[in-house]
Amino acid sequence: MCDVATDQWCKYLPKTRGSPAILSQAQDNYEVTVKIAVCIKRVPDTETRIKIGADGKSIDESGVKFILNPFDEYAVEEALRLQEQAGGEVVVVCLGTEASQETIRTALAMGADSGVLLKVPSLPLDHLVVARALAAELEQGSFDIILFGKLAIDDYGQAVGTMVAELLGLPSVSAITRLEVTDNRATAQREVEGALEVVEFSLPAVVTAEKGLNDPRYPALRGIMLAKKKPLQIKDVDLEQGGIEVLELALPSERRAGRIVGEGPDAVPALVDALRNEAKVI
Amino acid sequence: MPHVLAVLEQRGGAVRRVSQEALAAARSLADDLECDVHGLLIGPPNTIPDGLGEYGADKVLTSLDAELELYQASRYGQIAAEQATGGEYTAVVIAASSLGKDLGPRIAARLGCTLASDVTSISGSDGIVVSRPAFSSKAIYRIKITATPCVVSIRPNAFSPLLTSRPGTVEEVSPGDAARPSDARTIAIKTPERATLDVAEASIVVSGGRGLKEPEHFKLVEELAQALGGAVGASRAVVDAGWRPHSEQVGQTGKTVSPNLYIALGISGAIQHLAGMRTAKVIVAVNKDRDAPIFKVADYGIVGDLFEVVPRLTDEIKKAREG
Repeated sequence: MCDVATDQWCKYLPKTRGSPAILSQAQDNYEVTVKIAVCIKRVPDTETRIKIGADGKSIDESGVKFILNPFDEYAVEEALRLQEQAGGEVVVVCLGTEASQETIRTALAMGADSGVLLKVPSLPLDHLVVARALAAELEQGSFDIILFGKLAIDDYGQAVGTMVAELLGLPSVSAITRLEVTDNRATAQREVEGALEVVEFSLPAVVTAEKGLNDPRYPALRGIMLAKKKPLQIKDVDLEQGGIEVLELALPSERRAGRIVGEGPDAVPALVDALRNEAKVI
Repeated sequence: MPHVLAVLEQRGGAVRRVSQEALAAARSLADDLECDVHGLLIGPPNTIPDGLGEYGADKVLTSLDAELELYQASRYGQIAAEQATGGEYTAVVIAASSLGKDLGPRIAARLGCTLASDVTSISGSDGIVVSRPAFSSKAIYRIKITATPCVVSIRPNAFSPLLTSRPGTVEEVSPGDAARPSDARTIAIKTPERATLDVAEASIVVSGGRGLKEPEHFKLVEELAQALGGAVGASRAVVDAGWRPHSEQVGQTGKTVSPNLYIALGISGAIQHLAGMRTAKVIVAVNKDRDAPIFKVADYGIVGDLFEVVPRLTDEIKKAREG
């Protein structure tokens, strides 16, 4: 859900984070528009059966369908809703391999204006390495708000968005289910165990999207056609060495084959007995 | 000798169970490394630091201030990072709770170090090696930390709190600088009138799926969960249909859970759902379809109409608990 009370919030916000060129331009003619960035990732579809690759350290990607990370869809949708009310532009930033162009096009088909692919030969598992590469790019953009999905459903780190905020020195709220922006102030809600936290912050800022923030739109045919012509810039990026080494990627041990205790309600006493005396969990 | 710093979480001044679990993980790492565990407790002045020695802390550092009652990301990050800077610690351990998943990356970014998140096992006998599930537990990475310090977050329910007798000596440390105007500020924590157990942290989870047919029928799930003292979970199908809040969703785009007991009612067992609960210790399934994939991972199954089976199960559980 998003609720922008005034048009063009942060239009005249001092652009402290931009490059000097953008800064002076902004001060000279006041033609600053709202700039929104969304960081996305290409991930295996949720229905994927994971097979381990020949190196024993990564997945076998053959036959795997890749999608735009579902949590990033909420981020893209929220960015588009902010843009619908405040104007400006939405830039999609993706660190990934060549194939991620397709993922960026999906976000462009939803309605984002342009894309940047930070191209790498393979994706590192070290979140800080990813965050530093993204932060270096985002620092140049003078963005009012930067959105991420709360986590990528492949490596499940839930770290990169928050790390980027820290590296850029921006306020941030992670895993939000509600966002309201008024002028250059914002309020977000995040779900914590059994409760809701309400957080206030000023823009520019970073937020990461939790399921429930909105219902992402499906790209319409027209959007898909338009997306093909939208600008997509590809930049080769050198990543630094991280602080981890993957020793192994393995499938979890198969669960022991269980048993059908019985059929219908008459089987209940046997189940309760098994849970109590065999499994000892109740 | 560098030690292990366990960043502990409180709510209303009381240390949460996930932090007792994080202390157990920290203790196990410290035992391998032959060093101490220092707990760092950030919270309001009424926070109770006593008794943490029993959970494995050699020393408890308290950073208390009235402004630290709620989770203030920036100040908490500053306090923890400041404590961990300077080479006194080789690892920072924190629970992978909502707070830990936000604070862990902040500490790592401030220290400029690596973060291993949602870890289910940790060893220090040959460098620091951790296991962490990925692809929502469809696969597990074994990772060696090659640069220290590092931050490690611990998945809830992966470690059991210890009962030991370490000193747990309490020592006050600085509550850091006051908040800056540019910081994000948590202004409130809203707790629902009826407190609910979080599905990711509960030791018993009862989940319902499309087999319940109508949202009102979730009452059956709630009653069984209540009888067991467990949390309510839901499949993606019923969350997407708007029957249940997404905070209850178990699966790859919801929560990954590792309870002692997971009961799936009217859930067929899509891959993305199985991914979210397959690390449960014991799985029970009730489904009318004998061929449902959920039975392939269930330890105990009942084939039958859940509208007949579940009320009976709730009754029997109540009787068993009373008896």
